[in-house]
Amino acid sequence: MKPNALILFAPGTNRDGDVAQALALAGAESQTLPLKTLRETKTNWSKYQMLVVPGGFSYADALGAGKLLALDLSHYFLDQVQAFVSAGKPVIGICNGFQALVKSGILPGNNALTETRTATLTYNHENHFECRWVSLKPVSQTCLWTKGLSEIIDCPVAHGEGNFTLSSLENAKLLTKNDQIALVYTHPDGQTANGVYPINPNGSVMDIAGICNPQGNVLGLMPHPEDHILSFQSPDRVHRPNASGLPLFINGVRYASEQ
Amino acid sequence: MKVNGSAAVYRFIVKPTTANDPRSLGYLADAHSLSLNQITQIQCHDLYFVRGGLDKPEAEKLAAQLLHDPITQSVEINLLELPLKVQNPNQIDHSASRTIEVALRPGVTDPVAEQIVRAAHLLGITSIESACTGLRFILSGTDLTDELLNLAAKRLLSNAVIQTYSLGEITPAFSTSAQSHDLVETIILRGLDDAGLLAVSSARRAALNLAEMHTIQDYCERENRDLTDIEFEMLAQTWSEHCVHKTFKSQVSVKRDKTDSRSFPSHYSHLFNQTIRAATKQVNADWVLSAFTENAGIVEFDGKHELSFKVETHNHPSAIEPFGGANTGIGGVIRDVIGVSAKPIASTDVLCFGPANLPLTDLPEGVLHPRRIASGVVAGIQDYGNKMGIPTVNGAIWYDPGYVANPLVFCGSVGLAPKGSNPHATTPGDHIIVLGGRTGRDGLRGATFSSMTMDAQTGEVSGASVQIGAPVVEKGLVDVLMLARDRGLYNAITDCGAGGLSSAVGEMASERGGDVQLKKVLLKYPGLAPWEIWLSEAQERMVIAVPKRHLNALSELCSQYEVEMTDIGNFTDTDRMRVFHGASLVLDLDNDFLHHGIPQRHYSAKINKPRFEPGQTVCLEAQVSVDLGGTLLNLLAHPNIASKERTIRDYDHEVQGGTVVKPLCGLQHDGPSDGSVIKPLASQTNHAFVLSNGLNPEYGKLDPYQMTWLVIDEAFRNAVACGADPSRIAILDNFCWGDPTRPEIMGDLVQSAQACLEAAVHYVTPFISGKDSFNNEYLGSDGKVHAIPPTLLISALGLMPDWQQSLTMDFKHPGSLIYLIGEFAPAFGGSHYNLINPTNPIEEGLPVCSKSNPRLYMALYKAVQEKLVAACHDLSEGGLAVTAAEMCMAGRLGAQLHLRTNEEPLRSLFGETSGCFLVEVTADSQFEFEDLMSNYAIRLIGKVEDHQNLQITHAKRPILNTPITDLLSAWKDRKVAGGQS
Repeated sequence: MKPNALILFAPGTNRDGDVAQALALAGAESQTLPLKTLRETKTNWSKYQMLVVPGGFSYADALGAGKLLALDLSHYFLDQVQAFVSAGKPVIGICNGFQALVKSGILPGNNALTETRTATLTYNHENHFECRWVSLKPVSQTCLWTKGLSEIIDCPVAHGEGNFTLSSLENAKLLTKNDQIALVYTHPDGQTANGVYPINPNGSVMDIAGICNPQGNVLGLMPHPEDHILSFQSPDRVHRPNASGLPLFINGVRYASEQ
Repeated sequence: MKVNGSAAVYRFIVKPTTANDPRSLGYLADAHSLSLNQITQIQCHDLYFVRGGLDKPEAEKLAAQLLHDPITQSVEINLLELPLKVQNPNQIDHSASRTIEVALRPGVTDPVAEQIVRAAHLLGITSIESACTGLRFILSGTDLTDELLNLAAKRLLSNAVIQTYSLGEITPAFSTSAQSHDLVETIILRGLDDAGLLAVSSARRAALNLAEMHTIQDYCERENRDLTDIEFEMLAQTWSEHCVHKTFKSQVSVKRDKTDSRSFPSHYSHLFNQTIRAATKQVNADWVLSAFTENAGIVEFDGKHELSFKVETHNHPSAIEPFGGANTGIGGVIRDVIGVSAKPIASTDVLCFGPANLPLTDLPEGVLHPRRIASGVVAGIQDYGNKMGIPTVNGAIWYDPGYVANPLVFCGSVGLAPKGSNPHATTPGDHIIVLGGRTGRDGLRGATFSSMTMDAQTGEVSGASVQIGAPVVEKGLVDVLMLARDRGLYNAITDCGAGGLSSAVGEMASERGGDVQLKKVLLKYPGLAPWEIWLSEAQERMVIAVPKRHLNALSELCSQYEVEMTDIGNFTDTDRMRVFHGASLVLDLDNDFLHHGIPQRHYSAKINKPRFEPGQTVCLEAQVSVDLGGTLLNLLAHPNIASKERTIRDYDHEVQGGTVVKPLCGLQHDGPSDGSVIKPLASQTNHAFVLSNGLNPEYGKLDPYQMTWLVIDEAFRNAVACGADPSRIAILDNFCWGDPTRPEIMGDLVQSAQACLEAAVHYVTPFISGKDSFNNEYLGSDGKVHAIPPTLLISALGLMPDWQQSLTMDFKHPGSLIYLIGEFAPAFGGSHYNLINPTNPIEEGLPVCSKSNPRLYMALYKAVQEKLVAACHDLSEGGLAVTAAEMCMAGRLGAQLHLRTNEEPLRSLFGETSGCFLVEVTADSQFEFEDLMSNYAIRLIGKVEDHQNLQITHAKRPILNTPITDLLSAWKDRKVAGGQS
């Protein structure tokens, strides 16, 4: 049976359709539900095998991107989210979804949700929104989404607040030690970006494009692999035919169906 | 601790903790670009003010959990003393660092403030009443006098139209609840003489002329009563240029120079019907599903879906508040597409600004600096398009001194819908349902405001006209309406644009009638008079006609997507529009008079002969010594030609996953695409479409007739260059013109409209929609009228059966052949060569527009379908050399081009021509390509090389050899090697 994914929809979510398409191609069913519906119908999330927090501008990015969606998650849905995470089911937050996972403390997930946060996504170093294609190197073998991926993934970024920032160097070391750095920005040939714009489009520390929780089932990332699942989407389809974002979703879906 | 019972006001200052805060650095860079060099540092902080019965722990909780990010920011909390006092600036310490604080004026939409209140409740802080936001700037430097600070505040840090500022601490302006009033004034027209009638029109800023005022006066006589203010305002709005296009619908008497050999009709009885609409009729394309009858033009797409397209302008609002003006411009055109029940899937924007380097001393009074207008407009488009999740994929930016006081902002939206899914069956008894945002004073009289010439006071007087968008509210409208459409919940739909409810409901009720109860309209704040509610242009509202049986289903849907829905009345069959405010009937107008009573205007047009005929050229003896390499670099660095990458990347052009050809293309994704190609994910086929445009006000200044042919050719040519099927290209017209009561302005319009007819018929391309904006003139404080150049934007929507046919403009393979195809006839009239040589222009006519162009395009399309073309780029501003340079830069590949002995190198390289492309063909396709194109003007002009230089020879002698790196630094960074940009 195909795994079923719950795609969360807040006012201002806009890449829900793109990720639904990616999941469909990767072999999953999905259902996109407004948070209000989930709240009012008291839907039990345990019937879903995957959870997706998609991109967009939830609540118009008021008070910081993802902040108010994070507040919704931790206020209304804390138990549901925690149950999902601790059950080891695949969870992915993309762009605005990543921002919400970080600002609710679900990522990096090294300490309890009640403790002070250690990470954030802040304004791009260049001080502007940035839409461009980037290359990503899958790193973490702990993360179920990136495990075993050997090819560089090309896909667009489209954000103004994607600069991944940590409160201390120790936290950076911790991410490395726990194999929580899931994806980094690189040159198209895989050479390190070294923080250089625009290869690293936002100034993120250690060129981090995405991180996972210590268990490896929750992935958050700024770029949009869901917008490179078909060849026509890539500007480099002719000379870089193997840089699709689809394998990432196939990983997640395969893991969910094996559970 | 509570002050004054329930109303404590807390002030929160949120500061970045990082040393190099990007936003602060951005403000500093802007200050320096405005020559405010005494300022050496700016620190920018966010201010939040919260009013209500909060105690200190609650305020601290709000600060900790909501208002700041603990990783990157710190927060400071103060309890303000009540009553709030305005601080006297003279008491402020004049030390090295000075503070300026900025807050929104009361009544201006503040979405963040609304979210603070919502989120505070979520955190259990229920005593919060209201919030507002502001910015705080701490400036450091030397000689920071009050004068300098006021200048910085006015020119850079605030906009008086929507904000107030203070040197030192600002007093927050919470929306005060004014007394609700139901005052309806009577407008007495009966018995007034001509002067009296015009005085009423002017006092109410109605922009109605004497004939129109007489017609309304006669109506009063017939109905034997006076009008209420709301009736008068509705008439003024319904009859405004913006809503009814009376200039284009006018009768025109045409006078022209006897020596002018061109022929024009001497009289038009209906300018629009005899030109633009006539073209669409004559073309008679069966794939056009709707033209000029709805909010957007509609064409057939892939058998199952239809595409809709509309382009609007939002010029005057963008002049006084660039962010809000452009923001609501894009918001408005998106609603046009929602208004034909389509999902918006792509946006376009074409912008015309004054020169970015205009000295402050040359800036007319009451006008914002072009840099500020440009950055505000781009930010407004970015904000709206990105937050709506619609890719912004095509556009242009043009700079001209004529746009300093009157910038142009063209916003376009493309929608996709299942074929025939837009219902038009308003039935008596249907409920009039308003969805979306609440109604405030925003945008009052926008329709008539946009129909008037601006003056130095416009910003002040029209303060209420300023609209700020809330894109996420509009996103909610799309979410709800697409589902409502699929479930068949409504019988008709229209958007609330200029004129607000008055226009939307008025239009829907125009056939049968309608009754509205204004007390049911949800307001942002009390105190609106009935006419204000009816006319308000508050954004993000749609009106639908809903049968009673679907009300519950719709209400449930709205609740899930958090969209407000209001039932304000019913459609009727009385043939009258009636509006109630409580028990009193405040508006009762006859539909026929309201919608068809406007007298046709009469205009006189004077057509001036252009100084030079198209194609009229001179001998270039005086220019033999021109530095060709330097000229090329200077052209590439000209702001109209230079890379627009910085702006393009501010817009999300990837969301929805359908963008095949991006606005930037090539090896490093930085080449200038001729258009964009979209393959919507919702279509199960390979069908795709191209968006492109043509615009050239420089040509417009010299010869509006020829300009029109040339921009139609350009928009068409750009679509063909991307792979569109030339027999499936629809176009849209957007005229931005001056005051039509001036015969020369009307003469320019007649020339352009006539050329629209002729060119569209010749290219077999139907106009499917259009919009015009007149009175783009500005009465400066010098007493002179500043008018814009005659500006016509042609937007093209071209179809292709398979996205794999799409083409990009970058050179791809060393060794490929380069062909120049088309009737190459370069001329210098209106050329960019002349713009970079203002003291020594080559005075000639505009380029000719060869009648064989459409046939050539069809032949090229065959070659494209046969996959014989590797790259294709049209020749436009800057001519052949710029086109070749752009192809080299985009592909990071050199090229060798050969000019013939009998050519004048300067003319061939930099003269401008219509109808031409440079095309890359791989060597193995040479014979097939030449065979296919054998009946057309094609010329093998060179080769793609594996070196990194653009090399050009003339009569086998090298005349230009420029490294791609030099081309790039001129074009991308506007740095010209060995010269000035």
